[in-house]
Amino acid sequence: MPGERNYLGVPAPRPKAAFFELSSCEGCQLQLFNNEATLTEFLSLIEIVRFREVMTGGSDEYAIAFVEGSVTRPDEIERLRAIRGNAELLVALGSCACFGGVNQLKNRFSDPRFAARTVYGDFPVATMEARPLADFVAVDLWIYGCPVKKEEVERIVTDLVVGKKVVHPKYPVCMECKANENICLYDLGEPCLGPITRAGCDAWCPNNRFGCWGCRGPAEGANIAQLEEIMKTRGFSAEAILDRLECFGGFRDVADELRKKTDERGRSPGA
Amino acid sequence: MKISCDINLRHLTRVEGHGNIRIRIESGAVREASWEVVETPRFFEAMLVGKKWENAPWICARICGICSIGHTLASIRAVENGFGFEPDTQTNRLRLLLKHMETLQSHILHLYFLVAPDFFGTGSILPLVETHPEEVQRAARLKLLANDACDLIGGRRLHPTRTVVGGFTMLPARDELRHLHHRLRAAITDLHRAGELFAGFSIPDFRRETEFVSLHGEKEYPFIGGDLKSSDGVRRKEWEYKEMSNEYCTPQSTAKWARLSRASFAVGALARLNNNFSLLHERARKLAELLQLEPVCHNPFMNNAAQLVECMHVVEDALLLIDRLLAEKPGEPRRKVRPAAGRGVGAVEVPRGILYHMYEFDEDGRIVRADCVIPTAQNHANIQHDIEALAREAAAAGMGDRDIEHFASMLVRSYDPCISCSVH
Repeated sequence: MPGERNYLGVPAPRPKAAFFELSSCEGCQLQLFNNEATLTEFLSLIEIVRFREVMTGGSDEYAIAFVEGSVTRPDEIERLRAIRGNAELLVALGSCACFGGVNQLKNRFSDPRFAARTVYGDFPVATMEARPLADFVAVDLWIYGCPVKKEEVERIVTDLVVGKKVVHPKYPVCMECKANENICLYDLGEPCLGPITRAGCDAWCPNNRFGCWGCRGPAEGANIAQLEEIMKTRGFSAEAILDRLECFGGFRDVADELRKKTDERGRSPGA
Repeated sequence: MKISCDINLRHLTRVEGHGNIRIRIESGAVREASWEVVETPRFFEAMLVGKKWENAPWICARICGICSIGHTLASIRAVENGFGFEPDTQTNRLRLLLKHMETLQSHILHLYFLVAPDFFGTGSILPLVETHPEEVQRAARLKLLANDACDLIGGRRLHPTRTVVGGFTMLPARDELRHLHHRLRAAITDLHRAGELFAGFSIPDFRRETEFVSLHGEKEYPFIGGDLKSSDGVRRKEWEYKEMSNEYCTPQSTAKWARLSRASFAVGALARLNNNFSLLHERARKLAELLQLEPVCHNPFMNNAAQLVECMHVVEDALLLIDRLLAEKPGEPRRKVRPAAGRGVGAVEVPRGILYHMYEFDEDGRIVRADCVIPTAQNHANIQHDIEALAREAAAAGMGDRDIEHFASMLVRSYDPCISCSVH
């Protein structure tokens, strides 16, 4: 009931929310159903009025739109603009929506038809460069990660509902990793973007002895030149650095620069 | 009675991805019956070109938000086969255990969250939280168990972190494996109850002769690697996957279609079960009996029952795998691989059916060519033929618009299609 709910004495409205997906694996949406222990509490925060993947029917009256995926076809621009028109608040959910995600890996080929030709041959298929939502509409809030972390989504949605300002960490994943007392991935002989990537995931990958791939984009004031130096000193190739920097699109400008240098080494056919 | 209907269902709900159902009947004659896939392609096979081998499993996991573990394992297997690398027993057991837990998670998600609302007459699972709390709690408990197990072994339930070419970055703690064993034993009771629930649902009486394709089990119900088999008698080796799938492009779908001996074939739980029934564990076969599921079953709606039977099988098998893992001293989590020029194929039975990844490498282990053949892509043509048959039967029976739409939606849902994955 509106007006009756409160959180620590603060009135907590239950805003209407809708979930949408453009080009994506739909994994970020599913993450929200993937934490069964807190599922009902999460569902009590918002009123879900549209979520095609798990519910039939729905309404276009919603305050918050969560949009997963990147834009890769003209009809998706139209869908996205319609969603923007309906929503008071538009949330980019996950790395595809925030940066283009893995989908933007195909943008690296200089021939724009290379991807379509490789997969479909001469068969006609509509596509365009994979782009983040903010290239087409105003985005009010970003939730980073491939995949997003349910705990972080819950915190952000709780902040939204009770009217708190949503704040992302400015420090890098490396800080969280150190706080978790992990062995440094570099000491285990693995490359890692932890020193330059925005925190908030609690060093999800490094906790599992898997180096960071930068899916959350750059931390504030990330010293990327220094990271390149570290990786070179540790014997990792420019190609290995680029693989990570270009994977999710969060470091697009740096990756574009670096790619110009590594091309001379004969990689990226089609480029 | 000669009926007319015009069904135009855009973006079918409670499935992964975007597909449309179109059925038009005029005076009892079916004018149109189609299953269209309109999902945007993401071009994973192109993304991989020029990338070193270690990128492949990490990138390919992102083909699918439900079966990312299956894609990771198929990708790893393709790389390892390409380099002539044989994983050790510990790695094989852990990978199969991880695979089983993904199967359990995905099947429960499908059966309870996507399918059950059709039988309860609700639009989603949400109203059932009030009306059938015990069933919803059971579904949540089973799914949580499976997801926790995926975290434990793969590092993460979605887009796993510990699974790498050569083995695992780290091993699960042994006391946590013991704890998982306890929880899995309790899950058997839950699955019996789930069996009773689903046995009470009335399954549409629909049958269409179909060719079923899956891995061929020698001694065990097959999940990772081995020979390929069709119920029409075709047998191929894993690396001959292309002769088994024969993908082609069609204007009504951004996903490719597949064929083998007939115009279409089916993959998935029902195909696996039809082709390998005798290899199921005892409790799973008993559950099949309760659900009146006998091989060879040609009713696609029974794929739901087959999934539930597989849930029981994977739980029983997981218990055995944990026993074996705990009986031996833990070995090194991973071994080094040496890249080599060549071609590698990995065939893995993921929740929705058989999945193939193929990569060709240059001498540095850079990918020259990649191919991923997705289970749902192999099912699309079969869904199309089923919808045509269903429309003809509906027309003959004089069924109303709403019933036709309801049954056609249920039919597509029973395949548990993973549409964005099928287009990738």
